[in-house]
Amino acid sequence: MLTILREHVEAIVAHARRDHPDEACGVIAGPIGSDRPERLIPMLNAAMSPTFYEFDSGDLLRLYRDMDDRDEEPVVIYHSHTATEAYPSRTDLNLASEPGAHYVLVSTRDGAHESGPVDFRSYRITDGEISEEEVRVVDRYTEESTTADPAVPETEGDN
Amino acid sequence: MAVEVRIPTILRPYTGGERAVDADGTTLSALIDDLEANHEGLKERLLDGGELRRFVNVYVNDEDVRFTGGLETALSDGDTVVILPAVAGGAA
Repeated sequence: MLTILREHVEAIVAHARRDHPDEACGVIAGPIGSDRPERLIPMLNAAMSPTFYEFDSGDLLRLYRDMDDRDEEPVVIYHSHTATEAYPSRTDLNLASEPGAHYVLVSTRDGAHESGPVDFRSYRITDGEISEEEVRVVDRYTEESTTADPAVPETEGDN
Repeated sequence: MAVEVRIPTILRPYTGGERAVDADGTTLSALIDDLEANHEGLKERLLDGGELRRFVNVYVNDEDVRFTGGLETALSDGDTVVILPAVAGGAA
């Protein structure tokens, strides 16, 4: 399960809409081992393409150095699909390189870049396998919100 | 001589979990051979048909080697090599 701040969900959707019809991409970094996405970093899509995204190689190096300095890792890696569903493509599957990350996909197809709901879904991609996971949107993190304790009621919205 | 090589998470199974390892080589190509000698399987993850894989980024002292001579990029004692898989994908 991905637990994510509402402000981050809104920022990712806004980013995807802004860059439509090109794909938008970025990262939410968090403390190593925390599974808590804290610091949203929208990235430039160096491919500037409606069907492909890639971080610029210089930006990529700076991003990872910065995360290293802060003892962070990429907890969420997000990108948009602009004409297809928010489900990992074969390309997404082949190029997924962070086995610990939540891969978030949003779709701005069918006019969603202008108005209406934007599909917001999350996946684990490890060893060539895709598994979709629940997304829990919260207004703030509490001690319990980033654990998978089933005793915690999911009252803060399920997106 | 020793060059520090920073290993990304996805390749750490090849280095026993180490985030950085030392390796030798006067060029990136020689360095990768030396890495392979101590961490079997790494070379295959970095090269395809004798060329750097399209979606693997390698930096020597913060410079992407695609702009500094690729596998022939010269290395000196104390250099730092960073390996980072591209963050890429998309609907295509």
